[in-house]
Amino acid sequence: MTNAATTTADTPLISARGISKQFAAIEVLRDVDLDLGRGEIHALLGENGAGKSTFAKILAGVHRPSRGSLALNGTPVEVTSPIVAQKLGITLIHQEPISFPDLSVAENLVLGRTGGSPLGRVPWARITRDANQLMNLLGIRIDVTRPMRGLSIADQQMVEIARALASDSRLIIMDEPTAPLTPNEVETLFGIARRLRDEGRTIVFITHRLEEVRALCDRVTIFRDGSKIATEEIGKLSDADIIRLMIGRPLKEYMHKTRAAIGEVALKVEGLTLPGVFSDISFEVRKGEIVGLGGLVGAGRTDVARALFGVAPATSGTVTINGKAEVITEPSQAIALGLAFVPEDRAVAGIFRTLSVEENITAAVPGQIAPGGMIKRALERTLAQDSVRKLRIRLASLRQPIGELSGGNQQKAILARWLLTDPSVLILDEPTRGIDIGVKAEFYDMIGELAAAGRAILLISSELPELLALCDRVLVMSEGRLTANLSRAEATQESVMRAAVPQTRETIAA
Amino acid sequence: MSAIETQPAVQDAAPARPRWQVLLVRPETMTFVLLVLGIFAGGLLSPFFLDINYILKSFTLYAEFAIVALVLTMVIIGGEIDLSPAANMALSACIFAWLQQAGVPIPVAVLIGLASGLVMGTINGLMVIGLQLPSIIVTIGTLTLYRGLAQIIAGDKSIRVPEWFIGVDRIMVAGIPLPVVIFIALAIGLGVVLGGTIFGRQIYQIGTNEVAARHAGIRSARIKFGLFLLVGIVASIAGIMTASRLGSVRYDLGLGGELQMVLMAMLGGTYIFGGRGTILGTFLAAWLLVIVSTGMIVANVLPAVQLVVLGSLLIVSIIATNFIYSRTQR
Amino acid sequence: MSFLATLFRRREAGIAVMIVLFCLAVGIAKPQFLTLDQMRIILLLTPLIMIGAMGQMMVIVARHVDLSIGSTLGVSAMVSGMLYRFDATWLGFDVPWWTGIPLSIVVGALLGLANGVLIQLFRLPAIIVTLGTLSLYRGLTFIISNAKQIDRQWIPSELKGLSQTSPILGIPWIIFIAFGIAILTYVFLMHTRLGRQVYAIGSNPVAAPLRGINVTQVTLLVFTLSGALAGLAGILYASRWGFVNPSNTGSGFEFQVIAAVVIGGVSINGGVGTVLGTVLGVLLLGCVAAALPLLGIPGTSQAAIYGAVILIALLIDRTVRQQGIASLRRARA
Repeated sequence: MTNAATTTADTPLISARGISKQFAAIEVLRDVDLDLGRGEIHALLGENGAGKSTFAKILAGVHRPSRGSLALNGTPVEVTSPIVAQKLGITLIHQEPISFPDLSVAENLVLGRTGGSPLGRVPWARITRDANQLMNLLGIRIDVTRPMRGLSIADQQMVEIARALASDSRLIIMDEPTAPLTPNEVETLFGIARRLRDEGRTIVFITHRLEEVRALCDRVTIFRDGSKIATEEIGKLSDADIIRLMIGRPLKEYMHKTRAAIGEVALKVEGLTLPGVFSDISFEVRKGEIVGLGGLVGAGRTDVARALFGVAPATSGTVTINGKAEVITEPSQAIALGLAFVPEDRAVAGIFRTLSVEENITAAVPGQIAPGGMIKRALERTLAQDSVRKLRIRLASLRQPIGELSGGNQQKAILARWLLTDPSVLILDEPTRGIDIGVKAEFYDMIGELAAAGRAILLISSELPELLALCDRVLVMSEGRLTANLSRAEATQESVMRAAVPQTRETIAA
Repeated sequence: MSAIETQPAVQDAAPARPRWQVLLVRPETMTFVLLVLGIFAGGLLSPFFLDINYILKSFTLYAEFAIVALVLTMVIIGGEIDLSPAANMALSACIFAWLQQAGVPIPVAVLIGLASGLVMGTINGLMVIGLQLPSIIVTIGTLTLYRGLAQIIAGDKSIRVPEWFIGVDRIMVAGIPLPVVIFIALAIGLGVVLGGTIFGRQIYQIGTNEVAARHAGIRSARIKFGLFLLVGIVASIAGIMTASRLGSVRYDLGLGGELQMVLMAMLGGTYIFGGRGTILGTFLAAWLLVIVSTGMIVANVLPAVQLVVLGSLLIVSIIATNFIYSRTQR
Repeated sequence: MSFLATLFRRREAGIAVMIVLFCLAVGIAKPQFLTLDQMRIILLLTPLIMIGAMGQMMVIVARHVDLSIGSTLGVSAMVSGMLYRFDATWLGFDVPWWTGIPLSIVVGALLGLANGVLIQLFRLPAIIVTLGTLSLYRGLTFIISNAKQIDRQWIPSELKGLSQTSPILGIPWIIFIAFGIAILTYVFLMHTRLGRQVYAIGSNPVAAPLRGINVTQVTLLVFTLSGALAGLAGILYASRWGFVNPSNTGSGFEFQVIAAVVIGGVSINGGVGTVLGTVLGVLLLGCVAAALPLLGIPGTSQAAIYGAVILIALLIDRTVRQQGIASLRRARA
């Protein structure tokens, strides 16, 4: 922008060198080098957790890199905060944009823009005029004087794009912008993106949808396990190439349990629907069977689990448990019917952080530790101790707050909580997320043992190797629908990925 | 995608702190130390302080608030707050006094007074749990409403209660005034409930993490509603006890009592954001408050200074409690 | 339905309609309610509440609450009252009559700032902090006054004159001051960058710092302003009633003010509220207060009405919010 004099057309707008990022002990991004040119639309692709969003957030100043450097127009820069990024002309547009819902669209465009004294007059007329001008420029019809609250997600994204333009951003990063949009809205968005590119701005586009990458992007960079795998012009790669690059890690060999005897149907789901979230989900899980549920983040897998467990019930469809049709509207009811649910976000929905480990373990079985209402400490201690031994939970004391344990041991404690309820159907949502490799293997053993003991297991996981190694069958969801039901023989990384990546847009428009 | 960023730190299990250290950093310990210091200072100030009967007699002036504070402690541990019980006390007492003056037999008037307390608790519960409104603002509203209704019923006059009904604080049980006995008994009862039963355990769990509690099958709405009902009924009992102690009822009965109740809970180490606190802490804090207040009276401190001290104590105690908890939590 | 829809969409229009309907209803029952004289009475009931409501409104828009303003009013009025009472003793000369005005405002501002510091720097909930300072400041009033009332003879007559003499149309100065404050608040909130930041931190406290807004600075400012306005209300209390009493002055003020603010459409969830709505809320409460004696309803029922008003406003607020969420869902589906 300002230092245009020193740059030539060949200097990349942004060049990243050796960017790495660690969260606690986990390295989520390793030595990424990437140049983004002017006037290009650049796609970042990769599986869940491959590191593409982390990289984008480093560009936008949301995270600071642990190592590595960034240069803007050839000049080294430190992007220390989103505000600095904004000043440098870098805008990140979140999937669900962050806005001030009670303020008008026009005001959202200019709020926080520096310059002027705090008591300086707000030039409403100019703000409104400029906002209208921007909207016209983008070819979108939004009344700029209305509040943000109530705008559709698509319109909110447009406002964010307009905001990027209002501050004359040179680099606009869109993090999975199309997921909540209808086909028409996607077309509008693409049209705008192309126009911005033709003006010489750079767009970084994060998505899961290959056909969108083809339709829109000039170059593509593929991430895997925190590393950049390839940067290539889109025309030089076939879909098969891209999928291979995304998943191409060697399949790790996990210990296979002796296959359990598969019994009668324990959980049967027919036509389960929650409008706008998932629809017409039907499947069954048998005793001793491990059924995987794969798909991309946001495909509706967790929502199905929450509906089954009564946390956010579905509006239609039937659920049959051990041969009896049930309507579950409360988790306590689900537990009584023999369901158990290890939720995805341990900190939010799993643990009681400041309470003791034993109290966390026994939380779902009040009847067992307090026959008659009064808690019998000895009984509780015995139950908790048994669990700790069986699941090999590493801790200093049962009385220690669970927040002091490592992630893996917290997760074991949550699993222990549910095993105490002796469930016939166990739903595990990303049970190994954020857990050490070593502890992961222990979990796989345990899941196998649980199935061998005749429990029906529904395993939601974003890690393909995990699904393929553990499951007897793999269901795949995409955009709120079941798109595949694969037997063990049919399930491969390619077949699961193919079903998970949305192929056509018509499915959700319908 | 953001999952990676929200991953908690992977770390080895930290060694547990020694038991004595755990005990020492509990806020109740702070309350207890302050209580001992208070009694000691009071003893230097006046020999009255070493007279247990004098302290017990002083306690009767605060017993009604202390009784409600015990239940309020449970509400705060459960992650909510109720600022309306002092107004509830006034309205229940006014309804009771007005009815008996109108010729309704005293037992019936008492029952209706208690029922009205239950109704007030229900209104709070419906608005907070049924309609999902924030308890802070709801109970500011009902605090004004209940007190205002009391004013409508009683006007600016005081309503006398019959001679024989006066003097609950002068009834002695084994040498201890009845209100103090009720307070101690309720403290023991609620202490057992909160510390030893599943109901109590689940209150902590709801206050610590309501989402996780629901996932573990805990019926949080039902339990919290129950707590609002309990505050309602206990406040009305406290209101009628106050009527008996004072011998007459005015609409401003217990005015400003919400401060003292919240203060007792906070001073006893109840965490304002829920999930932590004990009945023992509130129990000790009630005595501490009586010692401090009485001490100031004995020392001839202006009654107004009490207001300053109470207000400052409230602020200092939340700062201290927050500090202690932030240190004991990684 | 369309009427209700308008009422919900433009809360100001809704309250205006409510005021008109209420006045007409009372006027039909008691024709003398609709006289100019009565209008004067209504207006005279409102200036203190209006000034306090402007401060409280800013605090609530920023997603906090200030319960201590009644006591702040008391301390500020008392400090000025003490100065009027003892100026000859302390200073050896009589201070000019207007000295109390800046003095009360400064005292109020300091007390408000103290609230803000406790809330923002120690991350404490505003409700508990201001419940504590409600008591603390009330105690201060007693201490500085030695529990004695400042009587009529000590309040300068020019100060009292603000509530009695009129520059124009028989409307006393105090009402012009109140509306002047409302206009200043409007200009500040609607037309300055800082004012807009008050709305921003209330509307989305997480996003505000991401856009470069200094949340600490804005929070301290709104509490200081709330205190300063309570201080101004304090000196005007001395003007209006001609005395300052350590226990009565300002007691219960916070509930009247909160009632006026929430019925005026200021959302307890922050980010929403207009000066016009708040002014109308204050006027509505004024009409109700003026109508009660005419209708033979004892003044003692006022407090209950404030309480009911707060709860009703909460319910309306919730309904509006639910409709917003529902329309958002529809838009997404």
